Amino acid sequence: MSGHFPADNIGDGSTAAHNRDEPTHFALDAASEAEIARHITKYPPGRQASAVLPALYVVQDQMRRQTGSAWIPRVAMDAVAARLEMPPIRVYEVATFYLMFNTSPIGKYHVQVCTTTPCWLRGSDDVVAACRKITGIKGWHETSVDGLFTLSEVECLGACVNAPILQIDNDFYEDMDGGLTEQLLIALKDGQARPAPGSMIGRQTSAPEGGPTTLKLVSE
Amino acid sequence: MLHDRDRIFTNLYGQHDWRLSGARARGDWDGTAGILLRGRDAIIDEMKASGLRGRGGAGFPTGMKWSFMPKVSDGRPAYLVINADESEPGTCKDRDIMRHDPHKLVEGALIASFAMGAHAAYIYIRGEFYNEHLNLQAAIDEAYEAGLIGVNACGSGWDFDLYLHRGAGAYICGEETALLESLEGKKGMPRLKPPFPAAVGLYGCPTTVNNVESIAVAPTILRRGASWFSALGRPRNAGTKLFCISGHVNKPCNVEEELGIPLRELIDRYAGGVRGGWDNLLAVIPGGSSVPLMPKATCDTILMDFDSLRDVKSGLGTAAVIVMDTSTDVIRAVARLSKFYKHESCGQCTPCREGTGWMMRVMYRMVEGRAESAEIDMLEQVTRQVEGHTICALGDAAAWPIQGLIRHFRPVIEDRIAAYRNAYIAPTPTNLPLAAE
Repeated sequence: MSGHFPADNIGDGSTAAHNRDEPTHFALDAASEAEIARHITKYPPGRQASAVLPALYVVQDQMRRQTGSAWIPRVAMDAVAARLEMPPIRVYEVATFYLMFNTSPIGKYHVQVCTTTPCWLRGSDDVVAACRKITGIKGWHETSVDGLFTLSEVECLGACVNAPILQIDNDFYEDMDGGLTEQLLIALKDGQARPAPGSMIGRQTSAPEGGPTTLKLVSE
Repeated sequence: MLHDRDRIFTNLYGQHDWRLSGARARGDWDGTAGILLRGRDAIIDEMKASGLRGRGGAGFPTGMKWSFMPKVSDGRPAYLVINADESEPGTCKDRDIMRHDPHKLVEGALIASFAMGAHAAYIYIRGEFYNEHLNLQAAIDEAYEAGLIGVNACGSGWDFDLYLHRGAGAYICGEETALLESLEGKKGMPRLKPPFPAAVGLYGCPTTVNNVESIAVAPTILRRGASWFSALGRPRNAGTKLFCISGHVNKPCNVEEELGIPLRELIDRYAGGVRGGWDNLLAVIPGGSSVPLMPKATCDTILMDFDSLRDVKSGLGTAAVIVMDTSTDVIRAVARLSKFYKHESCGQCTPCREGTGWMMRVMYRMVEGRAESAEIDMLEQVTRQVEGHTICALGDAAAWPIQGLIRHFRPVIEDRIAAYRNAYIAPTPTNLPLAAE
């Protein structure tokens, strides 16, 4: 189950803090309306509840556009419920079950470190230490004082031959180590554009370091 | 060694154009209408003859699975659902298919759907694969524009729609019935079987759930023939397979090889060998985190296929090879997997919900050695109480790595316990030998 329950939010997860952040109203903007309408067409008539995951992504993104923090307040879940003609509780259930929906505000950059065994074997402890050093964040799912970073521990990201992986928002930074992590986060802190995702040591995606040893004869 | 000409995923590493023109140059979408013209039964027979076993972990014969779908509709539509929720620790093969060879998946989706009478298919891709989903969606859009899918797909007379659906960070949604629940807009909690999805699946309709790799290899098998595919690999373990080699190797990578390749050859030839040499090997998890690990002695000779690995009480799973050298704290490596399963348990079945947390807590005590020797047996017994007593296989998957650890590394656990005793439990007057009076 996800780490969104207050008990799992070691740090700033108190109910009082949560309520203070909670907006009192939320309305889907035109862009969100159009996106949700597009998603609903993927499913048979009457099955619009299938669009709840896409719709929650849409409202999370609207919050990012409007407030700079990609998260889903309860009023936004209510808006999704109304749009999809679902009981609100069904949307709350879904929003709290799936890890990628943030039910409390997050920083500008969501820094997510994979620490599952394949990444751990390749040194994810060093990546975690570098994240803590640069952001000053001590726990998990906490936000740095400057509001720039939220640091989360995530489970296997499915890019294990490029371990360890550091995910920032939707991008995977691969073949990381402590030094590369520091460089990346310092660059973000300095307001530089984020580098292109992928291997940070110049590998051709999932090919072995130094270049492919197979598929060399295959031409276009 | 597999020759490049027998490799299916010729753009595995993304060196070439993944879009439609590049895919066509590599042979995708060649004569697809002709394949459909052979008819449902001929396609399924060819898939059966190829010996393809499902590539998502369970290894169930793909052609047979397709044949379970109703031949005549009772009015309900049929669906193909493609499981792209790749989340098994160690596994990263479907990711490469979707970002570098997406048209193999799109074409396979059309052919498989046709073979089971489905006019619509959904691909459920894990939410974290954001950039991968962009490539795959672009490939789907290209296929629609080119008339390859949609109304009268490829001019075959068959109407076919393909939709991409993003998950949102839940390992359990890789379980086929949890995936269907999630696709219906609910929490990803597995369903009891029976009824099986082929009878009552998505929206209560006949549904087949297949792994990305199983679907993506189908067009090539049908083009080159079942005999080509079945000649590769070993008996009952036919064909090629994408292997993901991670952990303590010099050059981690993905590679396509024949099933039945010796593990040692796989690691030495493609992944640059074990860090520090083969003799520095401690253990290998051969098929993703859910299968029991194997000690070096087994790794020396084991062949990488379903039956060989089953015979040594492990499994091919997703063919995700996680290598650990002698520097590894193997108890911690398995404890971290216990934490993974605890995190990912959906909480529906009591043995799993409570058991995964209990096993994780005991495992982390074992890491420290803060335990009694008798607790090793207790832990083993608890894994047996979880295994087989839950709706889905997550309980089994949480149990097996611990069973493998105890089976092969019990002395390591006992040494850790003894070391903790020596370090922290000081002799007290009551347990000191009494001096003679």
